[in-house]
Amino acid sequence: MNLGKIHKDVAVVGAGMTLFSRRLQETGKEMSWQAAQMALDQAGLTLDDIDAVIMGSAPDAFDGVHKKGDWLIDGAGGVNKPYMRVYTGGGTAVFAPIAGWWHVASGMFERVLVVCEEKMSSCQPHAQSAFAHIWDPILDRPLKPNLVWIFAMEMQRYMHTYNVRYEDIALVAVKNKRNAVGHPCAQLADPDITLEDVINSEPMALPVRRLDISPPSDGAAALVLVSEDTAYELTNEPVWMDGVGWCIDSTMWTNRDLAFPKFVARAARMAYEMAGIKNPREEIDIAEPYDPFDYKELQHLEALGLADPGEAAIMTREGKTQRDGELPVCPSGGLLGVGNPIAATLGIKVGELFWQLSGQAGARQVPGDPAVGVAQAWGDLMQFSSVIVMRRRP
Amino acid sequence: MFEAAQKAYQDAGIDPRTDVDSFITCAEDFWEGFSIFDEFTPDQLGAALRPMHTVSGDGLQGLANAYMQIKTGLFDIVVVEAHSKISELLTYEDVVQLSFDPIYEAPLSKGVHPYYVGGLEMREYLEATGTTEEQCAAVVVQNKRNAFCNPLAEFEAQLEVDDVMNSRYAFDPLKALEIAPRADGAIVFVIAGGEIARSLTDRPVYVEGIGWCSESPWIGSRSSDAAYVKRAAQMAYRQAGIENPQLIDIVEVDDQFAFKALQHLEALGLARPGEAGYLMAEGAFGPQGQRAVNPSGGSLGCGHLMEASGLARALEGVLQLRGEAGPRQVEDALVGVAQSWRGLPHGTGAVAIFSRRE
Repeated sequence: MNLGKIHKDVAVVGAGMTLFSRRLQETGKEMSWQAAQMALDQAGLTLDDIDAVIMGSAPDAFDGVHKKGDWLIDGAGGVNKPYMRVYTGGGTAVFAPIAGWWHVASGMFERVLVVCEEKMSSCQPHAQSAFAHIWDPILDRPLKPNLVWIFAMEMQRYMHTYNVRYEDIALVAVKNKRNAVGHPCAQLADPDITLEDVINSEPMALPVRRLDISPPSDGAAALVLVSEDTAYELTNEPVWMDGVGWCIDSTMWTNRDLAFPKFVARAARMAYEMAGIKNPREEIDIAEPYDPFDYKELQHLEALGLADPGEAAIMTREGKTQRDGELPVCPSGGLLGVGNPIAATLGIKVGELFWQLSGQAGARQVPGDPAVGVAQAWGDLMQFSSVIVMRRRP
Repeated sequence: MFEAAQKAYQDAGIDPRTDVDSFITCAEDFWEGFSIFDEFTPDQLGAALRPMHTVSGDGLQGLANAYMQIKTGLFDIVVVEAHSKISELLTYEDVVQLSFDPIYEAPLSKGVHPYYVGGLEMREYLEATGTTEEQCAAVVVQNKRNAFCNPLAEFEAQLEVDDVMNSRYAFDPLKALEIAPRADGAIVFVIAGGEIARSLTDRPVYVEGIGWCSESPWIGSRSSDAAYVKRAAQMAYRQAGIENPQLIDIVEVDDQFAFKALQHLEALGLARPGEAGYLMAEGAFGPQGQRAVNPSGGSLGCGHLMEASGLARALEGVLQLRGEAGPRQVEDALVGVAQSWRGLPHGTGAVAIFSRRE
């Protein structure tokens, strides 16, 4: 890898995001276009200005549509254009913009549109049923595993290894659902939620309780990426994608360290090196780690080098990860507060960093003029991570 | 995947655990029978704990990503894999049926094999260009005959046009022998930046241009002239600096249906509309003709490898340009084109130009 020799720098100049909710009335195509149009409007562009479109969407099984990318194309604005769908399970939210990055950084395209869509409500009786088919057919499927109890095992392992208390983990859910109050797209914002509400919520597979989990959702989000050649023609506030990284671990999840996600650390190392970040704890102003479960935010902060193993829980208890804390974490409200339409969480990870770093986050704006942020997503079978470092330049 | 990867790594003289910067797999969940097939890709390729991702597309689209990743300057060596294990799919037509729009299109074809769209598109192509059914049948004759010289081909046959014409109408006017039979297989490419490539081998084959395009997903709104290939070819030719495609020596087009080979040749600018069928029947695209088309045997001769079909077309181009195509070697081949189509019911395709740069 030649981390210092990038052909073209890439900036985000527009972002869009739909309401996250159960949206039976709208198709995935319609939601895709709503988000795409918002991003284009913000960039001051029309579809004619776009050279290529990148689509991100997680399992086809949610919609029951084979080759879902080719089906969603007219909603995403990709008809008669170079159109590419990339796919890394839950990691797609931060991975599709990385694919967008290399479309532009390679010099092949000047302006690209990245659209991420997910419609989980069409999957009956529950989106969880699609996850019955993610397991190894010989070794895992006969056990009839369910994702919630797999994550219960992982959470247990994490708590045991680093001596983390459940009450500290539950505070992540409280923080994120409160942060989401200022988000116009939020599904589970709750200004009054307390630690007791989480601790007393319905047990799913202990230690995981209902409020420890982000909700399935429908929604879409989009970004417009352009090269250094035209970024300032479109906006005074471009936000640069200065580092990208991704990494996949072995399929055999039983052989992995479940307490510390090494693949996240590797993806982060790649992105930091590319962005020239030597000490992430000092240089990163905002973090948007993937938080589908509350303990995942902590694990991811640790693998991103923003806390020592086991320390993220203490930082949370001490309020350091609050919006006005030392290191604001998930100021968007995260997946726990805004919702988890898998690939569409692009809007609360990379989208949020764009709005925060360009000072457009409104009620959610992090104080202190943040300049550097990191977004991360996590996917496949607890094995993949994508990381983007974003920066506002003085 | 492991078998193909091992061969590719040996051929390139690299160790995937230390030399490869990024890995790409091309796969679709429903072909595989998984919800998130991306999970099952790293170990066989030596990609565990390395950058790797899936492209939900054809192998040439995967190659396009590798090409861009290298062009960013970030990576030196990228591996692209595509495969088919379609023999495990017992309900092929039901899965294809699921790629129709569930509200407007799927109800129209309930209980009907989805390839009826292929029949409709063939009828439209014949009427628009004046191509005859016999000329389409000539594609089958040539490709299955070419396949005799390809040790990787499974469906070689000595046929005459009459044999094809007399095979049953599967989807009128599309005949049973005009549909490429499905096969299993895997293909792995090692792609490297120019300098690195020249340090690894004395005879690298260069990707001179690559383009891809998708048309409207609606069956009723699609072109009858494979506009997805026209646009993809325009993009690839522009990058490769090719003004006259007639100068290309080796042509590997998608031939999932026999008429598609003709339509794709015309879309690539290698024949005028309505002319490809005539030239094919005259033998102009045969081993002794003016230009070799699908010397590998194509999908009709080798078998349709689903998302790996595009890489199979590219593989033939690479073997020919390296002079390693054995009894089917085309002499003095300098430039090749490989073209893919993702299949019904969509209009998505890619075009890649290769050369050995004399």
